[in-house]
Amino acid sequence: MRAAVVVFPGTNCEQDVVYALQSLGGEAELVWHRETDLSEFDGVVLPGGFAHGDYLRTGAIARFSPIMAEVQRMASVGRPVLGICNGFQILCEAGLLPGALIANRDLSFICRPVEVEVVDNNTILTRGSTVGDRIVIPLNSYEGNWVDASGTGRVALRYTDNPNGSQQGAAAVTNERGNIAGVMPHPERAIEAVLGSADGQVLLNSFLDSLVAA
Amino acid sequence: MTPSAEPVHRKLGMTDDEYETVVGILDRPPMPAELAMYSVMWSEHCSYKSSRSHLSRFPTEAPWVVVGPGENAGVVDIGDGLLAALRIESHNHPSFVEPYQGAATGVGGILRDVFTMGARPIALWDQIRFGPLDQPKNRYLFKGVVGGIAGYGNAVGVPTVGGEVEFDDCYTGNPLVNVMCLGLLRREQLVLGTAGDPGSIAVLLGKATGRDGIGGASVLASASFDEESQEKRPSVQVGDPFEEKKLIEACLELYEKGLVVGVQDLGAAGLSCATSEPAGRAGVGMDVDLDAVHTRETGMTAPELLMSESQERMMAFVSPANVNEVLAIANKWEIESAVVGQVKAGASLDIRYNGELVASMPAASLADDAPLYDRPSTRPDWLDSLWSADVAIDIEDNAETLRTLLSDPGVGSSAWVHEQYDHMLFLNTVIGPGSDASLLRIKGTDKALSVSTDGNGRLCYLDPRQGTARLVYEAALNVAVTGAQPMAVVDNLNFGNPEKPEVMWQFKESVEGMSEACEALGIPVVGGNVSFYNETDGIDIHPTPIVGLLGLADPAPTDPPRLGKARVGMEIWEIGPESTDNLAGSVVQRILDETLTGRPTEPSDVDARIVVEAAVRLAHEAPVLHDISDGGVAVSMAEICIASGVGADINSSNPFSEDPHRFLAVMERGTNPSVPEGFSRLIGTVGGEAISINGDALPLSEALEAWSNAIPSAMAG
Repeated sequence: MRAAVVVFPGTNCEQDVVYALQSLGGEAELVWHRETDLSEFDGVVLPGGFAHGDYLRTGAIARFSPIMAEVQRMASVGRPVLGICNGFQILCEAGLLPGALIANRDLSFICRPVEVEVVDNNTILTRGSTVGDRIVIPLNSYEGNWVDASGTGRVALRYTDNPNGSQQGAAAVTNERGNIAGVMPHPERAIEAVLGSADGQVLLNSFLDSLVAA
Repeated sequence: MTPSAEPVHRKLGMTDDEYETVVGILDRPPMPAELAMYSVMWSEHCSYKSSRSHLSRFPTEAPWVVVGPGENAGVVDIGDGLLAALRIESHNHPSFVEPYQGAATGVGGILRDVFTMGARPIALWDQIRFGPLDQPKNRYLFKGVVGGIAGYGNAVGVPTVGGEVEFDDCYTGNPLVNVMCLGLLRREQLVLGTAGDPGSIAVLLGKATGRDGIGGASVLASASFDEESQEKRPSVQVGDPFEEKKLIEACLELYEKGLVVGVQDLGAAGLSCATSEPAGRAGVGMDVDLDAVHTRETGMTAPELLMSESQERMMAFVSPANVNEVLAIANKWEIESAVVGQVKAGASLDIRYNGELVASMPAASLADDAPLYDRPSTRPDWLDSLWSADVAIDIEDNAETLRTLLSDPGVGSSAWVHEQYDHMLFLNTVIGPGSDASLLRIKGTDKALSVSTDGNGRLCYLDPRQGTARLVYEAALNVAVTGAQPMAVVDNLNFGNPEKPEVMWQFKESVEGMSEACEALGIPVVGGNVSFYNETDGIDIHPTPIVGLLGLADPAPTDPPRLGKARVGMEIWEIGPESTDNLAGSVVQRILDETLTGRPTEPSDVDARIVVEAAVRLAHEAPVLHDISDGGVAVSMAEICIASGVGADINSSNPFSEDPHRFLAVMERGTNPSVPEGFSRLIGTVGGEAISINGDALPLSEALEAWSNAIPSAMAG
């Protein structure tokens, strides 16, 4: 069971995601955005960063990268697709998740641990958790404020003290089928107590379990 | 009006004598491109002509030093086949003219200095100083600088894990924006700034060259400021963190595959520096073809191409057999590249443009023959009266004084700043911003690196030598409380106009103080930067040397001390020599008395070594260790209480004294810190809902509010 971790030019959390997944016993490998075949993989992660510099709208150029057709295919056949931070923004731009991520309410970059509550555990990100669980994971974004005019997005995680103005306090969102998830805080930054929190383990373990089960 | 008859070399910041030296080297008057090159390479910023003779005072050697001062960054051996590269730089003047881009490109520049050495940059620290926030202009500069650091650092993907913020009137016309970078590399990946052997090909990598930043080093960084300085905005470069990110990854792949013989970044003095310095170091000559340089504007002249400080560029020197592979890697990472020259035997740097020879000079002359000045220095006559002043301050209520201090933007929480910075990327940040020093684990080992950066312009104004020595000792103690042994120093010497004898005296004293303290601790200076001319309308800043000190924790404490680990019932120890009631240069003096007088308590090299040793040992057992500095025992204790969410009751004869070599240790009840006699005092216990100092109690909730809102409420204007 192997996860592909996609690297766009400007991505910067790819090594952290690989390190975290491997620390939890998973298999993960970097894949360059110009690749066009993910058939050797069981799921895919779009990690955080600033894909293509994000000088336009976040994710607006990344959605046209060659790899994205393959990400679309994986998603359509029900494979787990996880976007973290910038990856979440790319999934929204690509139409794989509803809504969009706009600038934080206070127009300021926010980098700090935040508390989130599980509100839906029927997703690749939360299946190992219990509804009502509260966990602390670091937020690190400027455009983290999720808006969804369609009203179709399913919220998986909700901020307990909405730091960025996100609609419904959403920190993580999933599609109807539950196999595509976008999460704004970084679970890979919360896998060891020595770095402040190990609460992200349950989320990444859920994703790894989904690689097998899907 | 008749046009100015001022000769070109003066417009370029060059004196008549310096011009004559150039004529002597070339045995003819220089051509325009040559004059441009000498003017930037011999600028204060690039040549250190006023400081070089004094910087040789620094101790620079230790068995673990791999690369000392003079290269793009210092490099030390941290064992396990790993090296650490470190460097500090200033971007003071650009940040005053254009705060966002000035600060952003400062980050970009320091990163290149570090990855030029073959290292992956793993962390940044920013030391920023402004005038008081009650002035709108200072709020604008502060906000812009923090935004620029965040905008560049976050996007380029290197965490900013710490730093300092200070506010003082002296920085109103001249903010200080310093930035330090740490990189990590395997020993075999070390690359130096050499052009290699004759035949090597020079490949220019990265962003296209434009007209931005022309004369940044000579016009902006090497002259004082006045009312017209805003007109210098075109001399500020513009940053592109996305290009830099790609450039980092491309260069690291080149190093990993062993494809380069040397690398030089293009910072101050641009192509002038990136051709002449590597050739000079290698003792070779070079042919350079400016027509091959990829540009983003048409019609650029040879002097413009040679002086441009366009960002995100690197010069790689490659053996001819590897050129195609290097170009292919650049292509993969979607960065531009061009073969622009070839190394040759001899010493001559020959530059052609449009088929004509536009410059031909000994390559090494641009660096090695730069002027060297021993500027006159005089002890300022104001010092005696400052030293003899009475500095007693009447403190009526310790709790109210503590509240006042915590509400000050220079003392209160820095969260407003550091929450705008990604400080967690790479999963190394064991201790991040808001503590004494950062602690970064090294994955795959049981070691960790610790860095503290410290400056204090007020102390150094009152006593440049001892003030600077105290900075070194404080930084050493800061890394020691994380469990790290001090290892190496980089310094950024921010001073006023060196043509004033008093400023030159401050500078020399500061260098002496830093040298003495480093010698006392047995640690080398492995690199640094000098920023002179921090003067606006004739007023100099306080002498503001910044110390960046690297420590190695080997092994790192498995559960290192943290401010937030105090629990009810624990005992609070003050470790170090007894303090005095001397408040000269303290924050209490600044905030309550609004003066800057007196002679600060002198440091002691013996005490410094004792407390560092004690702290490194206690870091493996104490729940909390915290350096005592700004605001004394009172503020240090309040920071522990706020982080831990619990009160404390302490007694201290001088709760606001900032005397050196002291730290707080919060220990389990009944545990003795076991330090030499006279170096420990049990001063209180943890518990309750208030911070009580000699019986004056400040409720914890009020302390938290004052501390948290210090910067946000000041920024609200």
